[in-house]
Amino acid sequence: MTTASSTTGARSTTVPARAAWSAALNAGQSLTVTDLAGNQAVDFLVYDRHDTSVRYSAADTLQAQGSIFLSTGSVLLSNEHTPLMTVTADQVGRHDTIGGACSRESNTLRYGHHTWTQHACVDNFLAEGARWGLGKRDLVGNVNWYMNVPVEPDGTLGIVDGLSAPGLSLTLRAETDVLVLVSNCPQVNNPCNGFDPTPVLTTIHDGVN
Amino acid sequence: MRSATDTTYGARDHARAQAAPVDRPAAPPGVAAGDLVWAETVPGGNYTHKVLARGSSLRLADPSGDACAHLLLHVADRPWERLNVADTTKVQWNAYVGAGSLLLSDQGRVLATVTEDGSGRHDALCGTSTLARNTARYGDGTPQSASPAGRELLLLAAAKNGLDRRDLAPSLSLFQGVRVATDGSLEYTGSAGPGTAVTLRAEQPLTVLIANVPHPLDPRPDYHCGPLEVTAWRGRPTGPGDPLWEATPEGHRAYLNTAEFCAARGL
Repeated sequence: MTTASSTTGARSTTVPARAAWSAALNAGQSLTVTDLAGNQAVDFLVYDRHDTSVRYSAADTLQAQGSIFLSTGSVLLSNEHTPLMTVTADQVGRHDTIGGACSRESNTLRYGHHTWTQHACVDNFLAEGARWGLGKRDLVGNVNWYMNVPVEPDGTLGIVDGLSAPGLSLTLRAETDVLVLVSNCPQVNNPCNGFDPTPVLTTIHDGVN
Repeated sequence: MRSATDTTYGARDHARAQAAPVDRPAAPPGVAAGDLVWAETVPGGNYTHKVLARGSSLRLADPSGDACAHLLLHVADRPWERLNVADTTKVQWNAYVGAGSLLLSDQGRVLATVTEDGSGRHDALCGTSTLARNTARYGDGTPQSASPAGRELLLLAAAKNGLDRRDLAPSLSLFQGVRVATDGSLEYTGSAGPGTAVTLRAEQPLTVLIANVPHPLDPRPDYHCGPLEVTAWRGRPTGPGDPLWEATPEGHRAYLNTAEFCAARGL
């Protein structure tokens, strides 16, 4: 469902639970993602719209900011180390970009072979990316908004209970013309969605933070 | 006065007279010379690549303590299945790659197993260096410069295997470590010192791409990178009876998925 506000120029879309969504943003436009019901992981990829071989790089983003957590001020860098988007507001405090996306295939490793038929973020990315001419080679390690993945001193990492709550949001400003892909994560085998996937709201703003 | 190369015959003689022996690393202890399929020394700031058969062992050695092997793995004839560092760390519940780690693809299968690790200083988080970053740090990052960026070299290695920029996902770095502090900050721990080696076992037919360049978090202002010794030899993939086969439930299922896939393909 998309609603337009004539007073602010903002366009909002409710992304249903388990569904994919995408949008083209121009440089200077902003995207707000609102976690309507709380603790809903939102898997996210961003591409340079004019050359999609230039795409989000978790590795470049981490090496530049010197931390594994994303929050206000984090710059999402491309694989060419150029800025794609900047986090301009964040009501949660930290988000993940080392955990990647769930897939039917990795579910078989993490939760057992009986989970192989369950819908997963990689399938959302593939389906939504195909609408823009993107394929399997174009999927790389992504951002997981609202997902909490700490790393212990011995290296142990895991997806644990989230820090988000109903109605919290974050906003990203496009630093160049971009394409964003969203998978509203359908995972039910770990706490990234509170074991209950829920809708999220995306809002595109023109030229404001 | 005529030069030695002013005729085709003279130029041919001149070219042929340049042949010289190449220094190659010896077969590792216990490896029969006849089983060796790859022996090469990659200088700092350079790259190499090879297609390895399933079951091959690949040994990377850092004699000076200053190498940094930026590694990408693709399944040889279906390169859309490739190393996924996020799945590698998430599935195995650990951010640090070391002895016994599986290097996983994005398809729930194993690409390679780390069978030996004498270093313990590796990084699956920060990826490699880029043209933009090396230009900012060292003044240049082009392949022909004195400070080539890892991504630029991996692109060349990829191109020689029919791959392009879209096929270059974040890489794994060996021999220069990074650790995560409890607040999430990244700490560069660097090298374990000279003379360490890492051995990987190919669990599928692999296209191996390697750039040997400084780690992107190496704090030294100048571009330092030592030689990387690469050897590989024939062998068999991990199977039942190997201690790694059932070491973890996630890894066991990854080996089972891989064995099933390879059996169906006739490998």
